[in-house]
Amino acid sequence: MSLTLLNVIFAVVVAIAFAAANAAYLVWAERRGAARIQRRPGPNINGPFGLLQPPLDGIKLMAKQLIIPGGADKVLFIAAPVLAMYPAIMSFVTIPFSDTIVAHNINVGILMIFAFASTGSMSLIFAGWSSRNKYSMMSAVRAVSQSVAYEIPMLITTITVVMIAGSMDLMEIVHQQSRSILHWNIFPLLGKSHNLLMPASFLIFFICTLAETNRAPFDLGEAESELVAGFHTEYGSMGFGLFFMGEYANIVIGACMTTILFLGGWSCPFGLFPGVWWFLLKLYLLIATFIWIRWTFPRTTIYGLLNLSWKILIPLSLVNLLLTAGLIKVF
Amino acid sequence: MSSPIQLQPDETFVLNVGPQHPATHGVLRVKMEMNGEYIVNAETVIGYIHRMHEKMGENKTYPQYLMNLSRMDYLGALGYSHGHVLVVEKAAGIEVPERAEYIRAIMVELNRVASHLFWFGAFVMDLGGFSPLMYALQDREYILDMLEAVTGSRLTYCYFRFGGLYNDIDDDFIDAARRFIPRMRKSLIKYDKLVTGNIIFRKRLEGNALLSKETCRKYGASSAVARGSGINFDVRKNEPYSVYPDFDFDVPVYHEGDSLARYMVRMEEMEQSLRIIEQGLDKLPDGPIMPKKKPKLIKPPAGDYYQAVETARGSFGVRLVSDGTKTPYRLKLRSPTYSNMHLFDESCRGMMIMDALAFMGSLDLVIPEIDR
Repeated sequence: MSLTLLNVIFAVVVAIAFAAANAAYLVWAERRGAARIQRRPGPNINGPFGLLQPPLDGIKLMAKQLIIPGGADKVLFIAAPVLAMYPAIMSFVTIPFSDTIVAHNINVGILMIFAFASTGSMSLIFAGWSSRNKYSMMSAVRAVSQSVAYEIPMLITTITVVMIAGSMDLMEIVHQQSRSILHWNIFPLLGKSHNLLMPASFLIFFICTLAETNRAPFDLGEAESELVAGFHTEYGSMGFGLFFMGEYANIVIGACMTTILFLGGWSCPFGLFPGVWWFLLKLYLLIATFIWIRWTFPRTTIYGLLNLSWKILIPLSLVNLLLTAGLIKVF
Repeated sequence: MSSPIQLQPDETFVLNVGPQHPATHGVLRVKMEMNGEYIVNAETVIGYIHRMHEKMGENKTYPQYLMNLSRMDYLGALGYSHGHVLVVEKAAGIEVPERAEYIRAIMVELNRVASHLFWFGAFVMDLGGFSPLMYALQDREYILDMLEAVTGSRLTYCYFRFGGLYNDIDDDFIDAARRFIPRMRKSLIKYDKLVTGNIIFRKRLEGNALLSKETCRKYGASSAVARGSGINFDVRKNEPYSVYPDFDFDVPVYHEGDSLARYMVRMEEMEQSLRIIEQGLDKLPDGPIMPKKKPKLIKPPAGDYYQAVETARGSFGVRLVSDGTKTPYRLKLRSPTYSNMHLFDESCRGMMIMDALAFMGSLDLVIPEIDR
């Protein structure tokens, strides 16, 4: 009993540490990456390559006063940043990084992660509503319509993968893809399904991940040239810090899910040395793509975003779902 | 483009955009009556950076007022100084050496490219793309370095004098300018590939904020706002001044009237400016940069004088009423952005806020120039 409790505490500490370290150093990576794209040095003063920048930024944010605007709903205002961070940390508990490295594998892992991911948009609504700021409110409204529009194609695509694997257990989904690169769900030439539209599914999932994590070109919730800073306009200090870290932690979760569902998790493309390093390689390549996209594309409009989801992504993912179901039956 | 929805009078709220808002590029304030994300009514409020340049013109002597013009539009300052020195020279009957006029034209065109580059970066940033700004600023930096070497300042130049220039250009400047032209042409191709061809960019701008010819005429719009709506008017061509008749250049005109047309006009204007600079460097005559005979004290005879010039932001006019003393009786500055901005109130009705702010970006507003 006490051993189990220790295990749980250890898992939670590791999950929080992993999420926080990732979030902090992804900010650094993003700033360096952006600087590289924009032909400037970026943060390079504090420590080698500016590596001490994130902890120093954290200290600065923590040392600042949290100002609660007059007329704001205090409870929700304080709860919102916490809500932004916790789903990401909770999701880390069930994500398997390799055969052995998983805090707690449950057989409905996908369900749990999506349930927590959905509560993430609650934090945006709370923040927007409680700030008593028109810009924040508009941002919250946008965030709701965005998360409704993008969770549907994301879930439909996930169902496709679940049908192929025949399980909602993340471990099982990876095992089923782990024989070679042609068994990965992105190129399913040898797996159970021979659906040639799976690359499209991967793209749909990737786009939805971008939209779910409020990343450019779908960062309509933040939209600094329109809504100042959107839902976190009124936040300073660690309130802002938590939103910021939550964003990056969510990116890590999104990239983890993409890796597990489509890129074969920790399996090696050539069958050599499968292990956690392959998982991390795929994960950080995806995150680098996120950063690359953010600094290359301008922002879409809210109607462009909704049109893309309802008119293209949802029908396409439904077609793919039906096709996969049929192909599984045939082969 | 989405169509405006039917509005209920009691369902609107007022959104105060500015004077401190990232999209208004300065201290413009727009009171927007909103229905959700749709704008029912917008009212631009100006005057937050009013510095009484026109009143100062009445109190200062002519040479004292030279530096004021470059404080109006800090991005394309030389064009404004050009208008002022031209009208005073016309009034006082001062002859300008040909070399000085050529150098003026080269400098104004360089400044126009710098101004358009900054606009380009800021406009794409309004649309949420951050990186082009940095690329544009690097090219602009090259121009500012060149101008700094000759004029002595980087932003608020006081380079033109009545009758000529403060400083002659040297071989270093000519070399730098010659190197700059191919470099800038390369950059323009790069911007074209990076930004103009981007599908999100095009989708946002095509059909955004259609301005008809009539609207542009009604508000006295000029620059790319008018030329993007099919009005072929450029002061350099239609009311030639300085040495512009000597140059062979085109006036890009688009008939669509949307934000993309305004964008395309400005991007092509940069190429035309490069052509003018190239020809100016080729044709540059030798000679003095100040006239031999110049009155010690500038006292134009009583009368009413007007000169319009094409600045980076449109047609800028200076009306000078002299009563024969050493200060003007009245100095009216017709600033192009002031007219361009007033289009916004009428045209943004029924738009969504993100489209309206993209539209505002395409107008190329510089607030100190509106408020004067």
